[in-house]
Amino acid sequence: MNKPLRRVAIFCGLLVLALLVRVNWVQFVQGDALKNDPHNRRVAIERYSTPRGNIIVDGKAITGSTTTDSGDFKYKRTYKSGKMWAPVTGYASQAFDANQLEKLNDGILSGTDDRLFFSRTVDMFTGSKQKGGNVVTTLDAKAQKAAFEGLGTQKGAVAAINPETGAILALASTPSYDPSTFAGMSNKDAEAYSALQKKADPDEPMLNRALRQTYPPGSTFKVVTASAALENGLYDDVDSKTQSPLPYTLPDTSGIELKNEGNIPCENATLREALRVSCNTVFGKISADLGNKKMKAEAEKFGFNDPGINTPVRASESIFPKDNRPQNAMAGIGQASNRATPLQMAMVASAVANGGKLMKPYMVDKLVAPNLNVVQQHTPQEMNRPLSPENAQKVQSIMETVVKEGTGTNAQIPGVTVGGKTGTAQHGENNKDNPYAWFISYAKTDKGTPVAVAVVIEGSDTLRDDIAGGRLAAPVAKRVMQAVLEGEK
Amino acid sequence: MSSTTNTTTIGTIGAPSRRNTELAMLIFAVLIPVFAYVNVGLAKDGSVPAGVLGYSLGLGLLAGVAHLVVRKWAPYADPLMLPIGTLLNGLGLIFIWRLDQEPSLGKAMAPNQLMWSTLGVAFFLAILIFLKDHRVLQRYTYISMVVALVLLVAPVFFPGVNGAKIWITIPGLGSLQPGEFAKIIIAIFFAGYLMVKRDALALASRRFMGLYLPRGRDLGPILVIWALSLMILVFETDLGTSLLFFGLFVVMLYVATERTSWIVFGLLLSAGGAVAVATFESHVQTRVHNWLNPLELLNGGVTETAQAMYSFGSGGILGSGLGQGYSRLILGIAPKSDYILATVGEEVGLAGLMAILLLYGLLIERGIRTALAARDPFGKLLAIGLSGAFALQVFVVAGGVTGLIPLTGMTMPFLAQGGSSVIANWALVAILLRISDTARRPAPAPAPSTDAEMTQVVRP
Repeated sequence: MNKPLRRVAIFCGLLVLALLVRVNWVQFVQGDALKNDPHNRRVAIERYSTPRGNIIVDGKAITGSTTTDSGDFKYKRTYKSGKMWAPVTGYASQAFDANQLEKLNDGILSGTDDRLFFSRTVDMFTGSKQKGGNVVTTLDAKAQKAAFEGLGTQKGAVAAINPETGAILALASTPSYDPSTFAGMSNKDAEAYSALQKKADPDEPMLNRALRQTYPPGSTFKVVTASAALENGLYDDVDSKTQSPLPYTLPDTSGIELKNEGNIPCENATLREALRVSCNTVFGKISADLGNKKMKAEAEKFGFNDPGINTPVRASESIFPKDNRPQNAMAGIGQASNRATPLQMAMVASAVANGGKLMKPYMVDKLVAPNLNVVQQHTPQEMNRPLSPENAQKVQSIMETVVKEGTGTNAQIPGVTVGGKTGTAQHGENNKDNPYAWFISYAKTDKGTPVAVAVVIEGSDTLRDDIAGGRLAAPVAKRVMQAVLEGEK
Repeated sequence: MSSTTNTTTIGTIGAPSRRNTELAMLIFAVLIPVFAYVNVGLAKDGSVPAGVLGYSLGLGLLAGVAHLVVRKWAPYADPLMLPIGTLLNGLGLIFIWRLDQEPSLGKAMAPNQLMWSTLGVAFFLAILIFLKDHRVLQRYTYISMVVALVLLVAPVFFPGVNGAKIWITIPGLGSLQPGEFAKIIIAIFFAGYLMVKRDALALASRRFMGLYLPRGRDLGPILVIWALSLMILVFETDLGTSLLFFGLFVVMLYVATERTSWIVFGLLLSAGGAVAVATFESHVQTRVHNWLNPLELLNGGVTETAQAMYSFGSGGILGSGLGQGYSRLILGIAPKSDYILATVGEEVGLAGLMAILLLYGLLIERGIRTALAARDPFGKLLAIGLSGAFALQVFVVAGGVTGLIPLTGMTMPFLAQGGSSVIANWALVAILLRISDTARRPAPAPAPSTDAEMTQVVRP
């Protein structure tokens, strides 16, 4: 019986050998792929095994990490004034991943970025745990607070930029959400998260209105139209009369009239006067006279139709459409298919305030390694020049008139030169929905131009006149500008 | 057939008993789990666990007593099997205790397992003490068959657990997996039956297409067993046990008759049976599907199979370290039983897993070596049956968990949690030791020959 016994011995040896080969295959050959498989929960466990780096505003962290005693994850994210900062930070949740700055800089914050290789290597040798780096933002805590509190319970957004550098100073969106409420992964977190979704809350608290929502810009777009008129030489002087009839019939239509709000003096008004009282007829005609191509070109110089405005959080594309003549005339006063994000309109104001030079907006000043070495530093970049310095002066001058004695008087700040433009954008079929109240402005002191702001407030009650922007949005803009100016002193 | 004359290991001088070798290795087999225990404690709480003294003393005492009993009652037994069993059982206890530290995996099971292990070793000792000669078992051939059949069929009358009906529930005592014991008892029956019938099976056959076909009355029992194993599979949805029994029978038949045709028959029959069952048994189909798509998501979630693969992958070559893995992600009760190899793979890595597989391999080959050395056909058949069953079980479980073959619900001998399993395997090792003791015992000195004196030179 020994011959078959020996064969059985060999057979059993082969069984064990097969097992050995198999475990080598699984653990050695496939090992890394299995280890880093996105469905392998250990990947997430690893991510939350150390405190995350912080997002910094004015030298102070607006985020934090706290230990959790439940579940697999050791640390979870906390936020200070989460509702106020949510449009800047985004969220980082154990259960729901992350977005915006938290997501875009995840490598730095979690400490896995290749640029942290050196610090990671040192940590490995010293035996200390992997640490995350910090993201230092350009935001101004006071301006952000002014913006957030100014919006209050209203639905809307604020974007404020330093026109000279493009640094974003405030980015508020209401209603907002507190990312802390779903940073963990308990049932409570899941409930908090689903309560914030559009299905549960039609107000969409998680929508970043300052960057991701486009609105018809309404009369605030007239600043762009005025710029286009000057840049293309349609008018040279802001104080000489334009050839604008009243009433003005939209081109290529059988008598559809473009209306003004109320009984304002728009016939042959100067550009200054037309902007001061916000004449639709004057600017509609300018847009029509210049034509769609030129209008579009000018709008694009201000940043319209650019899908890639990364702050680094990507802003939605603002649209100045290719359109027929009547629609183009409407687009010239910020209606029709014209769409802009609050950031875009803040860019318009900042380009005018900065002598016609548009700086690339950004909100991350630098990325810092755990050992405080700077990993990446942002240098201000010029994005475009929509206006010549002379024409910028002219547009500034008429915008300042708007605040001094026009629709924007609510934005006046004593001792400071403020230029602005109100807007009330109608929307919905037959304009039946509540209009959006807009205000864009900048503030100038003898030391420079530290701030340009755009404010939009949705559902501005029943106010349908063009004053709405001035009445609702201008005070918010004023608070933000004041907060920045106070910080400058 | 020359089994009694061809045993080169047996000589009149007597093989060294190797009891001291066994003792030295037993010391390692106790120390390694103790170190592992301390290691887990340090990794989980940063301190030496409180129970370490008790555990070391307990394991040391068990091993010591077992050694003394072997020294006294089976002095020539194989020196490797007891240390390997002790080491595997000790490590199993550590892994179960380590998984007890995970609250999500339910109540602590290590204390119970320790109790069952003690009982298993007691059983082991009892067999060595009271079973003076394994050939006694030959007398119980047909009783064994009846007992094995009862044990196998019994779970049909009890509710299934986790999709497989392999348990007998005794109120107040807990549950029992009769398949584990049936494995040994059926090996006894096969050994007894084949020893008697092997000549008939091997020689009284007709040649057909190059194969030897035995007579119907000899073939009958084989077909009965084959049908029975499939019935177990169908009614108890226990793929593992049926494969084990059928494989066991084919191996023993092959060894007994030395006819390769049995292997061919066996393969054909099992393949046919497996295909036939797989066509209508959804349980089997699911297993095969999971085997082919291990990382597939189910209802958006990660399956147990995938979790096990992630455990192995994350362990890598050297492992995450004892107590520092996340095999708790494999939810349910399985991490401590069927899937315990995943914890081994993750925490001690490829290196540790290969070491453990080699320990199994070594134990299996020592068992087969015992079969080779045995002087009587019954001992040979019983030893190869037990070793073969053990080998198949290790292969089916480890192959299933690592994704080499479809998963079947069987326990990893010694390592996995389960009272029936640990007791049955200690009994299995005890019987193998008894056979090896008989095999390696020096032949009695030849009777003094009366002729011897006559050949002496008579000096003047």
